[in-house]
Amino acid sequence: MAEQFHTLVVRVENKPGVLARVSGLFARRGFNIQSLAVAPTDNELFSRLTIVVDAESAPMEQIVKQLDKLINVVRIQELSPSDSVSRELILATVNLTEGSEDNIMREIESFDANVLSVGDKKIMVSLSGPPDVINEFETVLEKYGIVEVQRTGIVALATIAQ
Amino acid sequence: MKTNGGKALMKSLEAQGVEIVFGLPGGAILPAYDPLLDSSIRHVLVRHEQGAGHMAEGYAHATGLPGVAIVTSGPAATNMVTPLADAMLDSVPLVCITGQVASGAIGSDAFQECDTTGITMAVTKHNFLVADASEIPQVIHDAFHIATTGRPGPVLVDIPKDLVDANNPVSHFDDYEPSEHDLPGYSPIQEPDPASVLEAAELIFQSTRPVIYSGGGILKARAAEQLRELAELLDIHVVTTLMNRGGFPDDHPLALGMPGMHGNYTAVTAIQESDLLITLGARFDDRVTGKVDEFAPNAKVIHADIDPAEFNKVRSANVSIQGDVGQTITELIKALKQLSETKDHPDRSAWKSQISGWKERFPLVYDEWQQGEGLKPQYVIEQLRDNTPDDTIVASGVGQHQMWASQFWKFNHPYTWINSGGLGTMGFAVPAAIGAKAGKPDRMVWAIDGDGCFQMTNQELVTARLENFPVKIAVLNNGYLGMVRQWQELFYDERYSEVHLQPDLPDYKKLAEAMGCVGIRVESPEEVKPAIDQANEINDRPVVIDFRTEASENVYPMVPAGKSNSDVIVHPSQGND
Repeated sequence: MAEQFHTLVVRVENKPGVLARVSGLFARRGFNIQSLAVAPTDNELFSRLTIVVDAESAPMEQIVKQLDKLINVVRIQELSPSDSVSRELILATVNLTEGSEDNIMREIESFDANVLSVGDKKIMVSLSGPPDVINEFETVLEKYGIVEVQRTGIVALATIAQ
Repeated sequence: MKTNGGKALMKSLEAQGVEIVFGLPGGAILPAYDPLLDSSIRHVLVRHEQGAGHMAEGYAHATGLPGVAIVTSGPAATNMVTPLADAMLDSVPLVCITGQVASGAIGSDAFQECDTTGITMAVTKHNFLVADASEIPQVIHDAFHIATTGRPGPVLVDIPKDLVDANNPVSHFDDYEPSEHDLPGYSPIQEPDPASVLEAAELIFQSTRPVIYSGGGILKARAAEQLRELAELLDIHVVTTLMNRGGFPDDHPLALGMPGMHGNYTAVTAIQESDLLITLGARFDDRVTGKVDEFAPNAKVIHADIDPAEFNKVRSANVSIQGDVGQTITELIKALKQLSETKDHPDRSAWKSQISGWKERFPLVYDEWQQGEGLKPQYVIEQLRDNTPDDTIVASGVGQHQMWASQFWKFNHPYTWINSGGLGTMGFAVPAAIGAKAGKPDRMVWAIDGDGCFQMTNQELVTARLENFPVKIAVLNNGYLGMVRQWQELFYDERYSEVHLQPDLPDYKKLAEAMGCVGIRVESPEEVKPAIDQANEINDRPVVIDFRTEASENVYPMVPAGKSNSDVIVHPSQGND
């Protein structure tokens, strides 16, 4: 992943419209979102967002401080790549031809990806892992012709301090 | 005790100390207007919802209390968008209650439905869509808290019709006192960090060309006294931005007046040549900085603001101090006094004499009136200034008249200048003046308006007459969208495109009379003062004076858009290099 991408973990109140407030803020201030993942937390009052932002589009200080002004935003943590673990999941359906079948299966095996569904002419696979591995895997699949692909966007946690 | 949403809404507003609301009823808010009849709150019935919003703003500007507007759903809510955006950019504490279609109809494109919270998300500090009637006391409590604390701003509360309808069981709930605010993401910092304050004080001791750059935050923090104390302690000059006119007295020897695009030469140049900007509650607006890269190129920056997102947004600061600007100044004064026990300020006499030299060479001037010309707008403002009480409240619209008013009025008291700075909302003056009069009934309130602005919101003079707010409106009628005309003259080779309005239509005198006001027309300089005197004597109804001003008059000085402040164009008689 290029250097200008920063990962923010944002704790928000679990209220209607919160996602619209966050995405609206990014849109109107010209901040670019690279990926956004959102899900409830163990506490039903809060949700957790993992936002990968493009710090080329605006200084991180501005992005964080403007975000912090949203009343429903409770806490913002900036995760540095060295002190955090990120993961992403990819689901992809790829063309299957007689000539390519063996090669595809070898690639899937080498990435330790899962086969979820197989037909005569298509195969569906999934892989979770660090974002750069997912990028690499997607590039490999492109060679065979991707029919459909969905990535989840990055989720991340700080590593446990030793 | 059982209550219902409508009753609870009125009780909650009363509990916040609300004495007056500005509004206009309609279908979705209708059930809330019934308990209003039994409430102690005075309701001012406006003629257009935008008027209610600007009146609430004018009230807030003049009193420091939150302004309250209440309107219905759909088009009423969209008419409120401009005042909300205006209040957002000028940090005006505002609470706006909007009706919404009944809970079950939301999302069905019902009659007069619009996504009010969605539409106003970007122009409010926060907004709420009430989901259950029992939320109303807590939400109103939170709304006022958010609007008035930290960096003040507008908060909207959208309430579905069924939740305030006493006849609907869903509006019924057990009454309760709202608890402390359950806002885990909101805790504005008031107290300045002592280390940053000390660092700022030390920078001041190193500076030989300091200027205090004071903005609207001074007025919002009620910190005019502290500002004056700081300036006098340091003997440092003060510029007051458009939003802080009155925040430092213009008759003070250290006052430099307004900086920026139409600021006076000394204020603009002192900032530009300074080596330290002591920035207090100001935000480096583009109308102040001109070309940012060339703004005050040799200045270090101290930036004190309640909103940390303003730090390093436009101009990076050497020291930033988050907190209430009044408290910050108080702490800064303490730190400065302490440091002065061991340190001396550098010699600033050269800087001071440079500033007085600019003041002497480049005062605000305008050409003398010639026979056959329209009135000089600056002369009209000077006459208004000199023939009204010192604490007169002045509201203005947006354009040339606004700049002349800010330049030529002498603001010697805080909360006497009410205008739309950030959003630049034409039509602001009339309703804002009415709101100010509602908040300060014993003070004289004049609006200085342009003919273009006046035509946008003058219908509220009917409100003013019927509700007995005897405001006085000076229309500087040059028959043009004057500021646009000026730009077309200077930057578009005098190719005038769609800026001529025509001074005789409407007939402003008759229009004023039709709305129950006194209308006066003034065409020659000798009529100016008698007309003002006459207006000042009238206290039972609003007065509109149609001052026929010279259309070719331009606002000087001027920093052309996108240019450096060093390229300020002064009045032609003062010579431009």
